[in-house]
Amino acid sequence: MKAPVSWLRDVAALPADLTGRQLSDALVRAGLEVETVEEAGADVQGPVVVGRVLDFTPEEHSNGKTIRWCSVDVGEEQPRGIVCGAPNFAVGDLVVVALPGARLPGDFEIAARRTYGHVSDGMICSARELGLGDDHSGIMVLTAAAGEAEPVPGQDARPVLRLDDEVLDIAVTPDRGYCLSIRGLGREAAQATGTRFTDPVDRPVPAPVAEGYPVAIESDACSVFTALTVTGLDPSRPSPRWLTRRLQLAGMRPISLVVDVANHVMLETGQPLHTYDASALAGTVVARQARRGEKLRTLDDTARALDESDLVIADDSGPIGLAGVMGGAASEVTSATTSVVIEAAAFDALTLARTSRRHKLSSEASRRYERGVDPAAGYAAAHRAAALLVELAGGSLETGETVVGTVPVPPVTRLDASLPERILGTPVDRAQVEELLAAVGVEVRPGPEEPGAPDGVLSVRPPTWRPDLRDPYDYVEEVGRLVGFETITPVVPLAPPGRGLTRSQRDRRAVTARLAAVGAVEVLTFPFGSVAELDRLGVPADDRRRSLNTLLNPLSDTQPSLRTTLLPGLFSAVTRNTSRGLDDLALFETGAVFFAPDEPLVAPRPPVDRRPDEADLARMDDALGDQPRMLAVVLTGDWVRAGWQGPARPASWTQAVALAEEAAAAVGTALDRRPVEHAPWHPGRCAELRLAQTDVVVGHAGELHPQVCAAFGLPPRTSALELELDVLVAAAPDRGDIAPLSSYPVAKEDVALVVDESVAAEDVADALRRGAGPLLESVELFDVFRGAQTGEGKKSLAYALRFRAEGRTLTAAEVNEARDAAVAATAELGAVQRTE
Amino acid sequence: MSGPNKNYDPVQVTPLNADEVEAMVQAATAAFAEATSTAELKAARLAHAGERSPIALANREIGALPPQARKDAGARVGRARGAINAALKAREAEVVAAELERTLREERVDVTLPVALGPVGAVHPITGLMHLVEDVFVAMGWEVAEGPELEAEWLNFDALNFVPDHPARTLQDTLFVGPEGSNRVLRTHTSPVQARTMLTREPPIYVICPGKVYRADEYDATHTPVFHQIEGLVVDRGITLAHLRGTLDHFAKAMFGDTRTRMRPNYFPFTEPSAEVDLLCFVCHGDSVGNPDRPCKTCRSEGWIEWGGCGVVNPRVLAACGVDPEEYSGFAFGMGVERTLMFRNNAEDMRDMVEGDVRFSRSLVGTAR
Repeated sequence: MKAPVSWLRDVAALPADLTGRQLSDALVRAGLEVETVEEAGADVQGPVVVGRVLDFTPEEHSNGKTIRWCSVDVGEEQPRGIVCGAPNFAVGDLVVVALPGARLPGDFEIAARRTYGHVSDGMICSARELGLGDDHSGIMVLTAAAGEAEPVPGQDARPVLRLDDEVLDIAVTPDRGYCLSIRGLGREAAQATGTRFTDPVDRPVPAPVAEGYPVAIESDACSVFTALTVTGLDPSRPSPRWLTRRLQLAGMRPISLVVDVANHVMLETGQPLHTYDASALAGTVVARQARRGEKLRTLDDTARALDESDLVIADDSGPIGLAGVMGGAASEVTSATTSVVIEAAAFDALTLARTSRRHKLSSEASRRYERGVDPAAGYAAAHRAAALLVELAGGSLETGETVVGTVPVPPVTRLDASLPERILGTPVDRAQVEELLAAVGVEVRPGPEEPGAPDGVLSVRPPTWRPDLRDPYDYVEEVGRLVGFETITPVVPLAPPGRGLTRSQRDRRAVTARLAAVGAVEVLTFPFGSVAELDRLGVPADDRRRSLNTLLNPLSDTQPSLRTTLLPGLFSAVTRNTSRGLDDLALFETGAVFFAPDEPLVAPRPPVDRRPDEADLARMDDALGDQPRMLAVVLTGDWVRAGWQGPARPASWTQAVALAEEAAAAVGTALDRRPVEHAPWHPGRCAELRLAQTDVVVGHAGELHPQVCAAFGLPPRTSALELELDVLVAAAPDRGDIAPLSSYPVAKEDVALVVDESVAAEDVADALRRGAGPLLESVELFDVFRGAQTGEGKKSLAYALRFRAEGRTLTAAEVNEARDAAVAATAELGAVQRTE
Repeated sequence: MSGPNKNYDPVQVTPLNADEVEAMVQAATAAFAEATSTAELKAARLAHAGERSPIALANREIGALPPQARKDAGARVGRARGAINAALKAREAEVVAAELERTLREERVDVTLPVALGPVGAVHPITGLMHLVEDVFVAMGWEVAEGPELEAEWLNFDALNFVPDHPARTLQDTLFVGPEGSNRVLRTHTSPVQARTMLTREPPIYVICPGKVYRADEYDATHTPVFHQIEGLVVDRGITLAHLRGTLDHFAKAMFGDTRTRMRPNYFPFTEPSAEVDLLCFVCHGDSVGNPDRPCKTCRSEGWIEWGGCGVVNPRVLAACGVDPEEYSGFAFGMGVERTLMFRNNAEDMRDMVEGDVRFSRSLVGTAR
């Protein structure tokens, strides 16, 4: 809502020296969000005066343009010669002249300059050149509207044009519909500055009367409807400058006198009005629900199929308007209209909100109705509009008027007088509560006495324009706002002793920190995905990752679903980096993936007046499906770049696996690996990762399939890891064990074992461990060798074994026996010890 | 060593000749001085102090002398051997020191060469900032609560006093998850975690809820449809707006140093009273307002920075979540993490936070937040 300060002064007796900025500060403290304070007219500077055209000579020029060489009285001894291109004025007309030295909007500097063979000593201005609207069809001709004094040549044009003003642009929250009006904002301004407020809604809605245009209410969504008829309008009368300027400052476009008056009254009172051409109405005007199959062509020239839950205004011809949203084209006021019926009605907020949304049609009127219009304002607003039409358009108000329905009485709320103090945490006694609420129009009465309320109970009834005051806490907020939140002394509440982060939270932080410490870079990506992506990954039809949740209104048609794997998001991040010349990458992300439930389930929406039962809560969770947190890493380019210390080490499957082990180690757990074929990895270079303790599969790591790299535009041999972080973290031991340290000497034995290429090194190591028994301290693979000695399809694996006993020095015989037993255990894998 | 040999003529043996013995000392000392390496010194030692050196041979002759002559000669040769050994030791020390110095000089490296244990990793600034906030509240005894991002409409809206036709529910703001009518949404705030906490725990509740949230918002320098929030919730006996103010001030000081907050009344369905939280600019402390000579980039010379929303938990929300509003009251607040990062760390474009450019992730190094 844009509110010119001059207009607010009409209703609030603000101090004369109060600036717009000061008023803004006061309103901000009272809880209004003032977005800007605009100085209207500030972009017009220097001498801009009223001039009278004394004489002009039309001159046709070689470029085909006709200009007028004018003599203009600007209140000086001699008239000035000014060239003007517009033809819409006559000798004797009053115009606006920007004299040399003036500066107009757009940094347009006026100087005496030679043009069309004359020296033009100023410029006669159009409305647009003055920043007064879009009109550039001709220059502004100043006419005095009814009640306005005729301007005088030489007079400063700024006050005549009402150029200077300050405009507050206020973002009105949905609970404060009454602030979408000068009336509401003026009341707040008066309250905030302690000044007097004069309500422009100056008369109550009377008892129903049916002496004017016939009206009927046939829907609960309309509570009260006033209709006044004004006849004998002169359709040629323009809107006076004060009216068009106000509308313009408030952000509305002037259209015609009748429409401008209706808009002005709406801005002023908050009551939307509709004006019908009386000659276009047929029979009784009815507010009713639309009927099946009814249609309406609205003012925006759109044919609309109506729904039975739409509230319409109809006459004998059928619907003539979408109530409170937009009127119909057939009964529109035109340039030939001489009689109007003014409608001022109260409509149900929710009904109109739904209609507005259904028809994707929002108007100044519907914005107000959706947020609540004061039902008691309609009668006064209709009279205000009628009076303006009589004054400005020469019409006369018919004495017979129509009022149907009654103003609903707002409900009374029981308010414990001590509640504001208890919730605000600052002293506010009963008298203060009563005084503050009364000041904003709340009717405050003593309530029934209650033993539990030492300060007593109040019965409070909000004014008709405050439908947001409903619960006791609403009144607490109102008191708090009036007291000022700034006056409340801050107190830090004392929480009971906490237990810190949970084990899972600490573990997830540890994984993130560890991966970053060893060289991976965390990124965040959008968690969306698609079937097409899964196809490109080569994910099989029965894979769990195919259980997609799909959005009803996705942000992008190419990613309409929620992700079931983090990898494609990281792939996008890789290509973004490589396109920016960042080629050596180890990106990681932790985050949720979303698996749809096996069967689509509906999350229940139980009533909100009490806690739902456990069954409903469980059904909600079931409907949401699994949302496990994953960890994924994608590697490409060089892990270590070539440098003075040596050649590059390209990123490969080895870092993908090593980072999985780092993640596991960060939470004190360990992983086993098995070769496996699993999309999107290279079938021969993919490790299945299992928890060492339980053998549960937690994820995969390795080099990506070359076709996947190609499909996602990744560099060849890009490697990746993805594992279920929640499962990894859940497997972390609660408490670590510290083993005793043996100070006896270690015995080292190396063994080289020749096995088939297909035998996994980890299996051989396992066999060695099993065979060696408890004296074995560690086993470590230190060489893999292939050559003539090993034979075709074979490889030699060399392991360093370390033996140590707890309480003694091992004998050579013991060590030999343990080593031989270790080697013997590998025989089942077909291993043969190399002895040369 | 040989035994006495009576066949010698004592007059002819070297140890009796003082000049000859002195010459041996001179020769040894000169040879040692000539040696410049441990290898050369070793050769000189063998030649002049070894078993076959002249002085060793002379020593051997002493046994053949008569007792009186033996005594003289023994003393003379002993002194000479002592002198030779002392010269050797002294030279040895010099040569070793010189050699060490040479070695150290030769082993000099350029310590300014680039070195790295491995590639440089990083925690994303958003993650780091969320951890920082969590730590501030954990230090006050609060706990960190989490919940699902794909959420039930009831928990995201209904329980939080969003009436069925509330504008925020409409398709413009909320991402709805199919099938139609399944009442599932991507959470539009982390407030459903608050609801879940109240539904599963008895007060007193002091929790912070960090997490990812979704809005069908535009995507530009200051908006992204996927972003992060941190919300706080307290439900306890006797909780007031004063406690909310105290918590916000403490939070602000912990995050920004010398600053405080102010509350401007506002409207949210789930709190009543509701307010916006502004932060007193922690860079200019308001000095830039109306002072064009000292403009402030952080607050755009407005003195206050819009930070988030807050309020007293609406009793309707407490009731829907099974908390008795007669017994308990509470407050809640929430901030956007991306927005906080923008004004706290001067990040200029929100898109950088979600596009995965490693340079952004590496912007905040180590424990610098």
